[in-house]
This record gives sequence, C-alpha cells and structure tokens, in this order.
Amino acid sequence: MNSLASNQHGVRLQVRGLHKSFDGQEVLKGLDFEVNPGEIFTIMGPSGSGKTVLLKHLIGLEQPDAGDILIEGRPISSPEVMDQYRMAMVFQSGALLNSLTVGENVGLYLSEHRLKAPEEIARIVAEKLEVVGLKDAENKMPSDLSGGMTKRVAIARALVIEPQLILYDEPTSELDPLSAVAVAEEIVRLQERTHLTSLVVTHDRDLAFGVADRIAVINEGRILAIGAPQDVRRDPNRLVQKFLEASFRHPH
Amino acid sequence: MFENVGEMVVLFWRALLAMPLAWRQRQKVFEQFFEIGNASLLMVSILSFFVGGVIALQTAPTMVEHGLASTVGGVVGIAICRELAPVIMSILIAGRIGSAMAAEIGSMRVYQEIDALRTMNINPIEYLVMPRLLAIAFALPLLVIFAILVGWLGGASVCMVNHDIRIPFPSFLSTFQNVVRLKDVLNGVFKSFIFAWVIGVVSCHQGLITRGGPRGIGRSVTKAVVNSIVLIVILDYLLTRLLMS
Repeated sequence: MNSLASNQHGVRLQVRGLHKSFDGQEVLKGLDFEVNPGEIFTIMGPSGSGKTVLLKHLIGLEQPDAGDILIEGRPISSPEVMDQYRMAMVFQSGALLNSLTVGENVGLYLSEHRLKAPEEIARIVAEKLEVVGLKDAENKMPSDLSGGMTKRVAIARALVIEPQLILYDEPTSELDPLSAVAVAEEIVRLQERTHLTSLVVTHDRDLAFGVADRIAVINEGRILAIGAPQDVRRDPNRLVQKFLEASFRHPH
Repeated sequence: MFENVGEMVVLFWRALLAMPLAWRQRQKVFEQFFEIGNASLLMVSILSFFVGGVIALQTAPTMVEHGLASTVGGVVGIAICRELAPVIMSILIAGRIGSAMAAEIGSMRVYQEIDALRTMNINPIEYLVMPRLLAIAFALPLLVIFAILVGWLGGASVCMVNHDIRIPFPSFLSTFQNVVRLKDVLNGVFKSFIFAWVIGVVSCHQGLITRGGPRGIGRSVTKAVVNSIVLIVILDYLLTRLLMS
C-alpha cells in the first residue's frame, strides 16, 4: 500500500454566478454549481460551450468578469486558500515538458520548489508512476509515449502535488477506445483510493456517464441540466437530449 | 513592431528580479550557454573569417594605390572590432538562437506546457526566460571576442595573399598595433552585450505571446528574428553615437 491516501481528502468547490466575455462575446453566462468533497463531478458539453474557459478560471489562468469561485467557502484567489489547499490539473494534451524525461516531468513540482531531497523525489516519482501503471518509464522521453501513456504520466505529475482537487480537461480526447477506458479506470481508482475531489470536463458521453457521481451539461456558457447520471439521462431539456442522443448513422 | 515594447520592458524587469535565483537554475543556464556558444562556434568562425577578408579586399587595394598601405591593418582592425563583429554576430545569433528561443517557448505556450508550469506554481520567467537571458548575455560577448580575433586573421590573410594588396603579416600587425586599442575591442563587446539582452527579451517575449498553433509559432519566430535585427541596427547607431561622444 503506498502513501497516496495518507494525507489527502477532497474539498468542496462552489462556483457562483460566473461570467466571462472575450472581445464582447459572452462565453460564460452565470454558471452556478457545487462539487461535493470526494465526488467525481463531470461537466459535459459540446465543443465551444465554455468548458475549458471554466477550467482556466478554476486554476487561476483567467479572472472572471463577475462571480465567485470558492473552496471550502473561501475565494480561490485568496492567498490563504492557495497556501492551505492544493489543486492540480491534467491538461488535454498532457502538457508534459518535452525537454524533460518522464521522471523529471513527474518530479518537477518537488525539484523546482526544493521540497524533497533528490533520492526522495526519485522514490516518489517511482511510486506515482507505479500508481498509474507506468513502472520503469522514468527515463523515457515524452515523445516516446503513446497518447494514453502521456495522459497517465500527466496524472502521475498531478498526484505528486498531493492535490485535494484534481481537474481533468478532456482526459480521453485523441485516445483510442482501449486507452480511453484505461484513463477512465484510472480516474475512478484514484478517487476511490484518495477520496480527492475530481472535476472532469469532457464531451465524451461514455466517460462522463462512466465515471461521474454527478453530471452537469453545459451549452453556450449556461448549465442546461445537473444531477446524478440517471437524472441527467431523463432530463426533459431538448438540447440535453439532443446532445446525449447524437450519433452518426450511415444512410445506407 | 513597437506595440509590445511595454510588455518587453516588464519582461526584462521581471527577468532581472529573478536573477538572484540564477544559481538555482545554473544547470539550465549552462545548457543554454553551451547551446548558444559551442553550437555557434563553427558558423561564427566561417562568417567572421570571410567578413575580415571582404573588408580587407574592399578597402586595401584603394588604400595601397593611394600610398596608405601602412594604415590598412588599423582600418581592418577597427572596422571589425567596433562594428562588423558585434553587429554581424548579433544578427547571426538572432537568426540562429533567437529563432530557437521563440520557437521553443512558443511551442510550450501553444501546447499548454507553460500553463502546466503555472499550475505547479513554477514561474515561467524564472524557469524559462531568466536562464536564456543570462546565457545569451554571457555567450554573445564571448563569441564576439572570438569573432574579432578570427576576423582580424581573415583580414590579415587576404592582405598577405592577394596580388593587389601584398602586405606582409608583420607590417599588417605593426600598423594594426598602432591603431587598434583595447578600448575599441571593449566598445564592440559592450555593444554585443546590449544586443544580447535585446535578442533574448524580444525572442522570449514573442514565444510567450504565441497564439494559434503551428502557424502562430512560425509567426512568432519570424517576428522574433525580424524585430531583433531591426532593433540591433537602430541600437547600433545610437550606441555608436554614445560611445563616440
């Protein structure tokens, strides 16, 4: 048993009336939702619905025009919150630094902030890579990895921070079905072991319904439906049903 | 070109504030220094040897014809160390290293690697920009000193072997020694030190503001090189006026 679950617990995330415009075009139109500690909350919606912009607000890469983002009831932008709670993000592309090995990528947070001795960092890196099923991959370069492996290394890098909130941006995009299933299983397994709060942004319906405790469907910057997966499936909103049922059928 | 001058000044200032962390980032500084210096040495040698040769070829026959053979060494020496070596080497480095800096940082920007650094609370200016600025600020002046020596050698070689010039090496050297002063060399080295910061700041800034995928990276690289060269030429004039006064 590794030490992953030892000092982690999820946090409550609240988003209240979030508005954001770019060049006069409103991308987020008053988003309101709450993510409970230790749950996997999935935000699902078509491309361009504002999902990634929302994530950028959550990690502080964008500032809202109006509204609040709270962790445990306190604004996410306050220095005390940043000091007290840790969050990590798994980017759509994985965003591994191409000039570093897998091991250096995973240990980057610890080595740059000088939080541990090099031997201890090596031990933690090996442990986190084992957690995501990539034992002995330390010396590989990111260019040697498949899409699925890249995502799993990105998850390992996020785990090093020992986050209480982990954000996933389109974790199964550009993956073959088998790799997508492996990443989805990883998300669920991590949540079960660590009880951290997970927020998954995706347009992959299988992933959303497969991993989520609750789901929000957004479109054009507004939440159309929110609730447990079975409730969202039965939601009467026409756009929600259209999104959930959309599939290609060959005309012949 | 000048729309981002304010941002570049801020970037330069933040990079200066990050300099106390240089020792922590010494591995990255050394890697960049090696990349700029060692990898450019052959190009610098070829370029400066032939630039020295060309300046001798352009000036010496006329001077010899007018009985000024005794000043050829000095003219070639001054032209190379004050002007040609710092400017041409800086333009070479802007093309070779500035473009690489803009492309590398630009692709990190486009592929969210810089966002990933920020989420890990790692400052991209400390991690990416400061080591590059420091490395180029040391490497370019050293390359220019090397280029000055090779350029003089190129000028002297052409003066010796060209049928229209025929100035023996001892004679070239003696006039050279009478005219060229240490101050002239330092003048060129100082210019290259300033140009190094310009190349570094312009290239890193273009990388950091890259938008729009591979095409955006291409645009950033072009802008980094062109803007650096334009600024080098303008600053060369201003610095020359300043250093001559």
